[in-house]
Amino acid sequence: MKPVIHAEQLGKLYRIGLAPQRYQTLSENITRFLSAPLRAIRRIQAPRSDSADTIWALRDISFDVEKGQVLGIIGRNGAGKSTLLKLLSRITEPTEGMLTIQGRVGSLLEVGTGFHPELTGRENIFLNGAILGMKHAEIARKFDEIVAFSEVEQFIDTPVKRYSSGMYLRLAFAVAAHLEPEILVVDEVLAVGDADFQRKCLGKMGDVAEEGRTVLFVSHNMSAILRLTHETIILEKGRMVLRAPSPEAVDYYLAAGHTSSGERFWEEDEVPSSAAPFRPVALRLLDNRHQIVDSVRSTEPFNIEMEYCLDVPVTGLRIGFYLNTTRAESVFTSFDTDDPGMFEKYTNRPAGRYVSRCTIPPDMLNSGRYSLGVNASSYQIRRYFQDEDALGFNVDATGAPGMHWSEPRDGVVRPRLQWSIESLK
Amino acid sequence: MKPIPPVENEPATIVVKPSRGWAALNLSALWKYRELLYFMVWRDIKVRYKQAVLGIAWAVLLPVINILVFTFVFGVLFHQNQTSANYPLLSATGLLPWGLFSGALMRCSISLVGNTNLITKVYFPRLIIPISSVLSGLVDFGISLLIVLILMIYYRTPLTWNLLWLLPLTLLVVITALSVGLWLAALNVQYRDVGHIVPVLIQIWMYASPVAYSAGLVTGSITRIVYGLNPMAGVIQSFRWAIIGSDPPGVLFIMSVVMVIILFVSGLFYFRRMERTFADTI
Repeated sequence: MKPVIHAEQLGKLYRIGLAPQRYQTLSENITRFLSAPLRAIRRIQAPRSDSADTIWALRDISFDVEKGQVLGIIGRNGAGKSTLLKLLSRITEPTEGMLTIQGRVGSLLEVGTGFHPELTGRENIFLNGAILGMKHAEIARKFDEIVAFSEVEQFIDTPVKRYSSGMYLRLAFAVAAHLEPEILVVDEVLAVGDADFQRKCLGKMGDVAEEGRTVLFVSHNMSAILRLTHETIILEKGRMVLRAPSPEAVDYYLAAGHTSSGERFWEEDEVPSSAAPFRPVALRLLDNRHQIVDSVRSTEPFNIEMEYCLDVPVTGLRIGFYLNTTRAESVFTSFDTDDPGMFEKYTNRPAGRYVSRCTIPPDMLNSGRYSLGVNASSYQIRRYFQDEDALGFNVDATGAPGMHWSEPRDGVVRPRLQWSIESLK
Repeated sequence: MKPIPPVENEPATIVVKPSRGWAALNLSALWKYRELLYFMVWRDIKVRYKQAVLGIAWAVLLPVINILVFTFVFGVLFHQNQTSANYPLLSATGLLPWGLFSGALMRCSISLVGNTNLITKVYFPRLIIPISSVLSGLVDFGISLLIVLILMIYYRTPLTWNLLWLLPLTLLVVITALSVGLWLAALNVQYRDVGHIVPVLIQIWMYASPVAYSAGLVTGSITRIVYGLNPMAGVIQSFRWAIIGSDPPGVLFIMSVVMVIILFVSGLFYFRRMERTFADTI
């Protein structure tokens, strides 16, 4: 049987400065155009090399996916995952190589694409369905099902701009979920929406796979990868470094990446140029003796620090830490200027090198693996940089409350609470 | 990118590979997505008059205001000597195709940039976007046409079979707007300068077309040839002829058609060539 997806030597070359700087000026391009013959001659003399202003976002990617397979794709930020998805969904063309796809590619990253706020829920279902490639008759047939799934029956003739964000998301997801594509691409849906919504997404993904459709699942969430996929591809700097059964691939990824070293450095090419003037340097996990560690004890305080540079003064900057479990449950979010006094004091940060550090008190986290994300933004102005899964670490609960019972304990936190026992007569 | 039409129950095979040079037009893909085209036009029309107190009444008011302004400025202030008696009708016949053309061109040139989220997230033939933006002007055009018909009855202009020419002529206006619009929309993806140029371009273009005056005012063979390079010149003149039976379309019209064909074919191919990098550059 023919594979559903057959990729052969896929490559995508980007001109740097094209995306970040966006629009070239007209005069620049006229010069370019006029000097084209000259450059052509030069190119004949010296065969084309990968010049400095281009970057291979993806290179030499070859793989097959069989019908009904659930394939995981993992890799760090900038490894080429989104580029691969863009090629698969035909949003952009490859620079080299070939891709053969049997059937329709649907994607949960398109949720709500093309929704128009002025149109009603009913109208948007039809419009969005058409955008996703459904025929009118097909949408009409599934209409009731879509409405039921979205749970917005009462408001189906209300403009979606009056919807709450939850209703909006549910309706959008309902349409995408009923597309019934031969190939479904899921990209980090787990990062958006509430827990209920995430469960619904995962449930729908499981259904799709059982129906014999093919699923490509891109995620930073290793436990979801392990749970849902059979095989996983690891991308690194645009190349495919491994394709293996998922448990093996996850082990390799966790071992090879810097994800378990207690310290995460950002190379220059990993930072999107849209982050400027913010430059992340490193995120570190330190124990209470200020040693870099990759696992901490829950009974001792530990520190998280972010080192970064500002190329120009920045107003209103806040550095945020997101702590999540590997099951993508949020533990907390905290910003370095949460304290009003700190916020006043650091309204303006001059250019320079900084460390924002916080201390996590003892007796807070339960044992297990956690993932630390970082974010740099100015509230309601701009987000400079974000890495949702910058650093992973383990918490060891030795000495924590209740450890004399060997049973695993539910819950993200494991606080040492003040108990009292009274005997009532 | 060449989808082969699906066989019964067999999913279509899609081959994605880099296209080089001038890509084929691939009109079959466009045909497959005709329902989307319909929905996009419908969306544009539906959304245009939402949350406006006067709603669709604007489609009546704007052309009427335009006709009044033109009549006052050109008919009264500048005393257009020749046909001042029915100048409102003269300007209305010019404004009718011009309104369709300028509106369509304006929307078309910003259509791709305005739909960035669609282009970067979903695949469909990109031609759908500019085509739908042009077609969505047809409802307003129909309303303007009614106003012209009312004016015709008011001025006791005989209704002739020539009016049937309006059908192919309207198609010609749509294609002209689309041809220029394709160039501008594709250019706008890369150079946002286009957004600043278009309003000025439309204004200059209007004065270069027989909207406020009759094409008969342009005399001299050389001048007329240069004038004919403007495809809208012949088209508007023909509109006027079909409605009020002024000077019949001749060389000017033929030149217009030739210009439109050149612009249309080149626009289509330029668009197809640029299309493959839209998602990367937009």
